[in-house]
Amino acid sequence: MSVWDTVIGQSIVPLLQRTAADAASMLDGGSAGAMTHAWLFTGPPGSGRSVAAWAFAAALQCPNAGCGQCAECTEVRAGTHPDVAALTTQGLNIRISQVRELVPRAALKPAKGRWQIVIVEDADRLGEDAADALLLSVEEPPERTVWMLCAPTAEDIVPTIRSRCRVVQLRTPPYADIATYLTTSEGVDAEVAAFAARAAQGHIGRARALATDADARARREEVLRLPFALDDLRQCLDAAASLVDTAKADAERHCDTLDAREVEELKKALGAGTTGRKPRHLDAAVKDLEREQKLRRTRVQRDSIDRALVDVLALYRDVLVVQMGVGAELVNDEMRPSLDRLARSSSPETTLRRMEAIVAAREALLANAAPLLTLESMALTLREG
Amino acid sequence: MASRTVDPLAPVTVVVGPEALLSERAVAAVVRAARQAAPETDVSEIAGAELTVGGLAEHVSPSLFATSRVVVVRDVQDVMDDVGAALVAHTKTPVEEIYLVLVHPGGVKSKKTLDRLRRAGALEVKAERLTKPDEQVAFVRAEVRHAGGRIDEPAARQLVEAIGGDLRGLASAASQLAVDAEDGIVDTDLVATYFEGRAEVKGWVVADRAVEGNTAQAVEQLRWALQTGTDPVLVIGALATALRALARLAGSPRGVRDADLARDIGVPPWKVRVLRGQLRGWTPAGLSRAIRAVAAADLAVKGGANDSTLALTNALVQIGQARAA
Ligand SMILES: [Zn+2]
Repeated sequence: MSVWDTVIGQSIVPLLQRTAADAASMLDGGSAGAMTHAWLFTGPPGSGRSVAAWAFAAALQCPNAGCGQCAECTEVRAGTHPDVAALTTQGLNIRISQVRELVPRAALKPAKGRWQIVIVEDADRLGEDAADALLLSVEEPPERTVWMLCAPTAEDIVPTIRSRCRVVQLRTPPYADIATYLTTSEGVDAEVAAFAARAAQGHIGRARALATDADARARREEVLRLPFALDDLRQCLDAAASLVDTAKADAERHCDTLDAREVEELKKALGAGTTGRKPRHLDAAVKDLEREQKLRRTRVQRDSIDRALVDVLALYRDVLVVQMGVGAELVNDEMRPSLDRLARSSSPETTLRRMEAIVAAREALLANAAPLLTLESMALTLREG
Repeated sequence: MASRTVDPLAPVTVVVGPEALLSERAVAAVVRAARQAAPETDVSEIAGAELTVGGLAEHVSPSLFATSRVVVVRDVQDVMDDVGAALVAHTKTPVEEIYLVLVHPGGVKSKKTLDRLRRAGALEVKAERLTKPDEQVAFVRAEVRHAGGRIDEPAARQLVEAIGGDLRGLASAASQLAVDAEDGIVDTDLVATYFEGRAEVKGWVVADRAVEGNTAQAVEQLRWALQTGTDPVLVIGALATALRALARLAGSPRGVRDADLARDIGVPPWKVRVLRGQLRGWTPAGLSRAIRAVAAADLAVKGGANDSTLALTNALVQIGQARAA
């Protein structure tokens, strides 16, 4: 067992291992080799950016190159290591106050004598102000401090910070690697694991959900019925409405308890309910929080719709594969009879036009278009072919 | 209101309360009264936090030229302790033709200084928020009266219900209505007419003309709506809702009762008959095309099209063509 076991399907791992070895020799007075003070982990959603950052952090703190067993490895994994701090956010943006709390931490000498590591997950959510607050510390960190930022692409980080970081580019993990991980680490049945890895199209978290959560599988099946229920105007509108409703339910599941807990914590932090008197500014602070929560809910909803569209898109890609007669692997192999039927009843040109309509809808939603209207328009275009 | 009924010209006035409209009016009333007494009156403004004892002395010392002066101190809760004491001292021994206006947003900060100023003889003008509907109604009635009109209680209440408690909004609506009213009498009918011009309504009118196939009128209404500040997104929402309702009605089986249809489509029962009328002339293919045109307009507007009028006009024309097809 090693800390690298959690990093799935990444060919970059040996390089990081060598860097950790260089870092260890640097601690013993050797040369720095490939070790540097600021790292940027990039990769598509679900590729395991922050998992890779955490593994690298453990490997740096571990005296045995990330053995996965020692106290250092265990503490890093549990998030209790005194020399590894992490900044995570549920919100849309990392608040500047969060960064200000973190920066002094980065200046500390490592308590255990190796490295002082600060991980910023979702560094793409650093606003300009927050990034500015971070800049000085990333530019000229103390000798033993290591910054690890995570973001989908390097372009998501302001150039001033990006230029200071060495980029670790992750790829979409191969399906086989995800399936192996699901069977060995999560104890999932091999066939289910293979299905989940395929259906998730390389998104590790999504694959884990599909492998372990029957509800998630059921919702996906529901979504994949869409291309087969577009017979008339009414069905198209219903299909669009059902996608929006499912996304709303998703957002409720994800946000309701979280929202309530955050409001509760904020009130406690501002001292409401302890003295009986309502502290000043409480209402304003709660309002601010609720505004941010509303934005988050919108984002969760949009992400949920997008995931559904990715699934539908993969289905049409499968149809195209069948129509072209190429022997490529199908994402939805278990639906072969339905796919064959859809393939026979349309031409490859139609399928391509349909795929374009889905891509256009995804882009429109990203540009903040009205979700229901956008999906209605998409469903009607799919029907027309 | 208070600032209008009390003779505002006292040597020292404290304006206390968070309602910006009222406190601005109180300050303006002092300035106006001072200028009435002496047209050459000088007006200066200082932030409380920046005021020093020396600075205050300069502002309030009698000058050689003996001009009348109004000195407005904003955020008086932020003054330093020694300045607070100097203000109290000045209030006890005011200087002729120097009018001090101290603006305090209310709350506990510097409350002691405020109390000492009151005891020293400063005139207090309140600028409290009007949170109760009754207070807001009274405010509206006073505003209309002040603008030379009259408004009865139900009409004032209707106005408060439509606008809410925002005093600036109420004040501007009240003065507008007083001017619009014949003989200056504002009644519920006039208030209703006033609000017919509201944003959502304009979107609905555009949508109704469009789905009825009256493209020219729809375009005309659109121009009017956008010119008068209606958000293009509201018009798009109205168009989408109108077409969605028609498409749902078109797709519903025959022989269903209106009440059930209404529930299914998501409209009030009386609307079903209107929808039936509007549906004449539409085909499913036409509706499909129209909905897609509206979605394209939505994307154009959200995507920052520099001419949302053009994007929406284009959608209206396409809706017209889709209906005729
Ligand atoms: Zn270890």
